[in-house]
Amino acid sequence: MGRGKLFCLYDIGLGDEKMTINFFMENLANGVSLGSLYALIAIGYTMVYGILRLINFAHGDLLMVAAYAVFFMIAAMVPWWIAAILAVVITAIVGVLIEKAAYRPLRNSPRISVLISAIGVSFLIENLGLVVFSGVPRAVYRPEIFDKSVSMGGITTSSLTFYIIGATVILLLALVYLLNKTKTGMAMRALAISFDTASLMAINVNRIVSFTFAIGSSLAAFGGIMWALKYPQINPLMGVFPGLKCFVAAVLGGIGNVTGAVIGGFILGIVEIMAIAIFPSLAGYRDAFAFIILILILLFKPTGIMGEKMTEKV
Amino acid sequence: MLLHADHLTIKFGGLTAVKDLDMQLNKGELVGLIGPNGAGKTTAFNMITGVYAPTQGKVLLEDKDITGKKSPTAPGMRPDQITALGVARTFQNIRLFTNLSVLDNVIIAHHLHLKSSLMGAVLRLPGYRREEKEMREKAIQVLKAVGLEKLYKEEAGNLAYGQQRRLEIARALATNPKLLLLDEPAAGMNPQEGEELMQFIEAIRKDFDLTILMIEHDMKVVMGICERIYVLDHGETIAQGTPNEIQTNSRVIEAYLGVDASA
Amino acid sequence: MKKETKILAIIVTIGTIAFLFFANQFFDGYKIRIMNLAAINIILALGLNIINGFAGQFSLGHAGFMAIGAYTGALLTLSPSAKQMNFFIDPIISPLANFQMGFLPAIIIAALVTAVFAFMIGVPVLRLKGDYLAIASLGFSEIIRVVLTNLQSLTNGSLGLKAIPSYINLFWSWGFAFLAIIFTFFLINSSYGRAFKAIREDEVAAEAMGINLFKHKIMAFVIGSSMAGVGGALFASLLTAIDPNIFKFALTFQILLMVVLGGMGSISGTIVSATIVTIMMEWLRIVESPMTIGSLTIPGISGMRMVIFSVLLMAVILFYPKGFMGTREITWDFIQEKINRLRKKGKNETLQKDEV
Repeated sequence: MGRGKLFCLYDIGLGDEKMTINFFMENLANGVSLGSLYALIAIGYTMVYGILRLINFAHGDLLMVAAYAVFFMIAAMVPWWIAAILAVVITAIVGVLIEKAAYRPLRNSPRISVLISAIGVSFLIENLGLVVFSGVPRAVYRPEIFDKSVSMGGITTSSLTFYIIGATVILLLALVYLLNKTKTGMAMRALAISFDTASLMAINVNRIVSFTFAIGSSLAAFGGIMWALKYPQINPLMGVFPGLKCFVAAVLGGIGNVTGAVIGGFILGIVEIMAIAIFPSLAGYRDAFAFIILILILLFKPTGIMGEKMTEKV
Repeated sequence: MLLHADHLTIKFGGLTAVKDLDMQLNKGELVGLIGPNGAGKTTAFNMITGVYAPTQGKVLLEDKDITGKKSPTAPGMRPDQITALGVARTFQNIRLFTNLSVLDNVIIAHHLHLKSSLMGAVLRLPGYRREEKEMREKAIQVLKAVGLEKLYKEEAGNLAYGQQRRLEIARALATNPKLLLLDEPAAGMNPQEGEELMQFIEAIRKDFDLTILMIEHDMKVVMGICERIYVLDHGETIAQGTPNEIQTNSRVIEAYLGVDASA
Repeated sequence: MKKETKILAIIVTIGTIAFLFFANQFFDGYKIRIMNLAAINIILALGLNIINGFAGQFSLGHAGFMAIGAYTGALLTLSPSAKQMNFFIDPIISPLANFQMGFLPAIIIAALVTAVFAFMIGVPVLRLKGDYLAIASLGFSEIIRVVLTNLQSLTNGSLGLKAIPSYINLFWSWGFAFLAIIFTFFLINSSYGRAFKAIREDEVAAEAMGINLFKHKIMAFVIGSSMAGVGGALFASLLTAIDPNIFKFALTFQILLMVVLGGMGSISGTIVSATIVTIMMEWLRIVESPMTIGSLTIPGISGMRMVIFSVLLMAVILFYPKGFMGTREITWDFIQEKINRLRKKGKNETLQKDEV
């Protein structure tokens, strides 16, 4: 199946090398921009896992929350950039509330209980979304500046692609500063090593955990808003697959490691776009790629690219 | 020679937890393994029982190589295979099946000898029923030997601390071992309980024809019943010999009391 | 088992059988459909409980295995002409096209096929633990769904299969449910079941007791998953039309809800909760359909049922983490204990009243 298409591409390559390179570059740009979104969302997973050893199943659904917040505010005539900022704030609040309601009471429970609670809260958000927003997909308004077509070095792509990559770089730099240069960031890193020791060091554990959720959720919100601009049809279940894929990105990079999550996100985005560009017949299997990567990584290098080895104490 | 831990070394990242441990146990011996906290005693147990694979060295049980696996696909023995060959252990932090009954905790140890297939067990074929009955009887016997037979229906998690320690030993005995590894059996016991435990260990050694290797902090227990002692400190074997030799060994005293004490 | 409990079990069984005959005679199609669904859910939930509750391996792949069972069952029971009608885009691959068999052999083959897939998936996945196992099994479940969507000439892709023969009736569904209950009971109370429970309680200790962890985990996983396969085949016959979208994670969620609610590690708890959840699932359709009170019409809220069920799941895990039964079973002693407690409570209340 895929082979015929591959040969086809090969033929184009022989005939017109430049076209193949342009084709490659366009898809690469597309992959990098999708990877940026994955990276932003994956950071939330990895930060929460680093501190609470918990897969926040509801993280992907925050995308949806942010996208709908923007949609309704723009519909209410709020300027789009104010709507975006407010949506980030709302999503951050929702993220913090999720932790307070569903995870905090279970902090000393078996991990499986927390996981079940996470699945429950994720379903709750999705179905509340269905009830409140209805399952009908909505189209998000895309401001004009994102809608221009840009030509650079022979490739043509939407300006949004570059805005997404740019915004991601800025957000990542801000996060690196926060984690490494501020007291709160230091407290977050301390908490990731040991809860008990951190609380002995007069770190307010609950506050830092809330803060972590706020940061992770805000990044997911940025991701969600840009997702809605890139794929303007939004629906209450839009966060499910990006959520799962970004978890894969976090594992791929080495869960608990922020740099790893970013690398994992970019790899996943680029692989997903390029694989389909080269083998169009695989398009139907697109959603399976991430899981195949996940299973391979868990089996052969469960610590991911940047993760450290952990030995179970007996 | 029953067990030969042949120059075992294990490294975790940059840290060498146990270095060049060479230990030989003869059949029927009761040997102590002592050392300060973090000396690598439990790590040594974990290497002998296959929970960890040594970075270097081999473990030999009656000249058979029983060294553990480095990864699921690597060559070597799994812990359950080592148990089946006759090495049983207890844990420093008691690891009972707390939600199961006392009897079930012990019967489980017989599962490895079960011959009936899954279908035979589900369909309750005569062969399985006979085996189940035998397993129960043997388990009750072991419980009698440790004095817990009256509590057989109780949930293991509900037992008193000392009883839990004894149940753990009973469970290990039920696997029908040649070599029994006890990890701090007297931990958390008062002197009188410690005394009783010493007698108990002596008794099971005779009754079950065992060789015992024991980690213990309680010096009275160790010096009282062990025939030979190995001393670890920071992963290195700093001394070995009879209790008398160990008690007068200057390196041991140094390790336990710090350098200043001997100065 | 205690004698009284045995008698209790026999009475409940006879009562259920009598009720089945009664229902078969007098119930309308809708109610019978719910009863069929309850039986199927019991099979599915018991399967998941063997894996998650008894062996302690938290798998979220049930919907995928159901899908395999459902498709196998459907493809084996569909008549050649119905297949021709279904596969109008790409014809079905040749050996299957002219192949049809009865319900029972189809279900058995569905169970076997699912078992083979469960084995192939279990070998890599069961090396993982806890939430990694959960997410990897969920991943495989999604991969199964994606593959089913894309194998046009085997599964008819996203169009799904229609006109699946509706062989199912109360005796098929409850017959298999009884089989599943009895099988699970004897399995869990055998030496193998003890080994599963030991692994759940403490893997390191279980291994030190000579239990081959991997072998027993695979065993539990394959058994539980092939029960999902049986459930899936029955489900396909009940629905008469299936497509890959039915077997999304939401389906696993429903089964998980039943298991958590009834108690991870309780057979009787699972049976009761699977029945109750099935009935509630139907009964709560009220909130999703428009209601008319007098002249006022309240529009139905679609999706409300799942909101209620997510809240229910979270409430159970937050306030009642062991579910109704925990790892216990409904036995004679259990019932007596409950009755005694109720009586005591009643007495205390009357005493308090007297004091006032």
